[in-house]
Amino acid sequence: MSIDIDTARKVAHLARIAVAEEDLPELAKDLSGILTFMEQLNEVDVDGIEPMTSVTPMRLKRRVDAVTDGGYQDKILSNAPDAREGFFAVPKVVE
Amino acid sequence: MSLNTLTISAARDALRAGETTSVALTEACLSAIEGAGVLNAFVHKTPEIALDQARAADARIKAGDAPAMCGIPLGIKDLFCTKGVASQAASNILEGFKPEYESTVTQNLWDAGAVMLGKLSMDEFAMGSSNETACYGPVVNPWKVDDVQRTPGGSSGGSAAAVAADLCLAATGTDTGGSIRQPAAFTGIVGIKPTYGRVSRWGVVAFASSLDQAGPMTKSVRDAAIMLGTMCSHDPKDSTSADIPVPDFEAALTGDIRGKKIGIPKEYRMDGMPAEIEKLWAEGTAMLKDAGAEIVDISLPHTKYALPAYYVVAPAEASSNLARYDGVRYGHRAKLGKGDGITEMYEKTRAEGFGPEVQRRVMIGTYVLSAGFYDAYYNRARKVRALIKRDFDQAFAAGIDAILTPATPSSAFGLGEMAEADPVEMYLNDVFTVTVNLAGLPGISVPVGLDSKGLPLGLQLIGRPWEEGDLLNHAYVLEKAAGFAAKPSKWW
Repeated sequence: MSIDIDTARKVAHLARIAVAEEDLPELAKDLSGILTFMEQLNEVDVDGIEPMTSVTPMRLKRRVDAVTDGGYQDKILSNAPDAREGFFAVPKVVE
Repeated sequence: MSLNTLTISAARDALRAGETTSVALTEACLSAIEGAGVLNAFVHKTPEIALDQARAADARIKAGDAPAMCGIPLGIKDLFCTKGVASQAASNILEGFKPEYESTVTQNLWDAGAVMLGKLSMDEFAMGSSNETACYGPVVNPWKVDDVQRTPGGSSGGSAAAVAADLCLAATGTDTGGSIRQPAAFTGIVGIKPTYGRVSRWGVVAFASSLDQAGPMTKSVRDAAIMLGTMCSHDPKDSTSADIPVPDFEAALTGDIRGKKIGIPKEYRMDGMPAEIEKLWAEGTAMLKDAGAEIVDISLPHTKYALPAYYVVAPAEASSNLARYDGVRYGHRAKLGKGDGITEMYEKTRAEGFGPEVQRRVMIGTYVLSAGFYDAYYNRARKVRALIKRDFDQAFAAGIDAILTPATPSSAFGLGEMAEADPVEMYLNDVFTVTVNLAGLPGISVPVGLDSKGLPLGLQLIGRPWEEGDLLNHAYVLEKAAGFAAKPSKWW
């Protein structure tokens, strides 16, 4: 399967990574190369095979449904590029 | 002999005997680090923290309360979150990030009295095999045999270079497709990736969550056993962490593997494999046979599909994990133009913050997970993964105790040598190691010899799940038989 420039542009947008128009052909070529490499998987007969989930079957642990952590808003915000009045700040989202 | 060249076990014994102090060990390492700037291994140094921890360790040793790792100076891969200390995953997108919390693995080490010298470079978000994708610039392999500067491998390249150059006694690494074992082999040290779930992933920056596992990178197999024991624990904060007891790995090093069955998988004999690698593998096989093990030819028929399966599963998980870098909660945010909204903020931030290889993998992952392709790529790869694991299960069910393979397809290559190569060519570095991550098994790289240029080569042993002790014992026998004692000559 080869990726054309329109698909590369769409994937970049889905991944929320800005890619300049002039860089799209190179990106499409790189992605196509990697996908061609993956095509080998089509040779394998996977009928009736369950996807692998863990090394040894493990039941997920349960715990009491109780608050065990939290209450440190300042720490949560301490690394934010823009925090104001106890909130993360972002560009205007709604008009 | 300077103190920074000691192994963990030698330092532990000297500390307990009162022959040296943690402060002296730490100072020796700090001065070695100061003199090794050209290697570019340590990227965030923490001498004040180190000396405080060393003084505390000395007090503990004096009081007779000294776990094995007490007072041992370590380097920490930049992927581990360390409280109040830059933890950047070698990415510009985490520039300035100082976690408010400590990863479980590093906390376990500090609780045992270990000392943090600083943070070590790596490939950005652990994506790479040469340490050239780091935002700090490449790390240089201390092994230098001509005028070429070589890669220490990746992604734990800073850890490997620092241990090989005696800048620390040992280091933490992480391994998603071979990122502990390949750099260990390239630098002549020992590196073990434990069974998936042995070590908590909490506080380790996530790359591909179903494959990531931390482990020690050390100067000897005994050191790997000691340090791994301290890193392991059941952790309620990681739902995939195994709730099983952690045995005394060092006690498993009996040096006796008589009657054990060693599998030699025919599929690892790749077309075009260099004669030197083939020869090393045969020598390693002979060493284990001489030690009384039985050598058995085995088949792992799905081996050739491991790399393509890995390069679906890992980027898919990465695209999901790296969605959190959005310029809102931590790290870099792009400067916005007039009229830019939140979508432009995401797109510009991620374009500026992620390097080319990370962008490529996030986009591949996005593509294989997108509507219409999920079954064709991602689910198919997960099924192939189940078949790869079944190959190993069948070998172990037939009585195989450990599997011996080469660790890497070559010795360390020159920095920049792969710059023009197709991304897929770089991925081939993981060809012998990636099966182990997909199957969740423990694997260890042991230095066994030098190639004709004088560069180190390693072999890999693969063990049964949860039997790191037995695996380490096999590695211990191989290490003793190989008698690898070469060190890089100091040129830096």
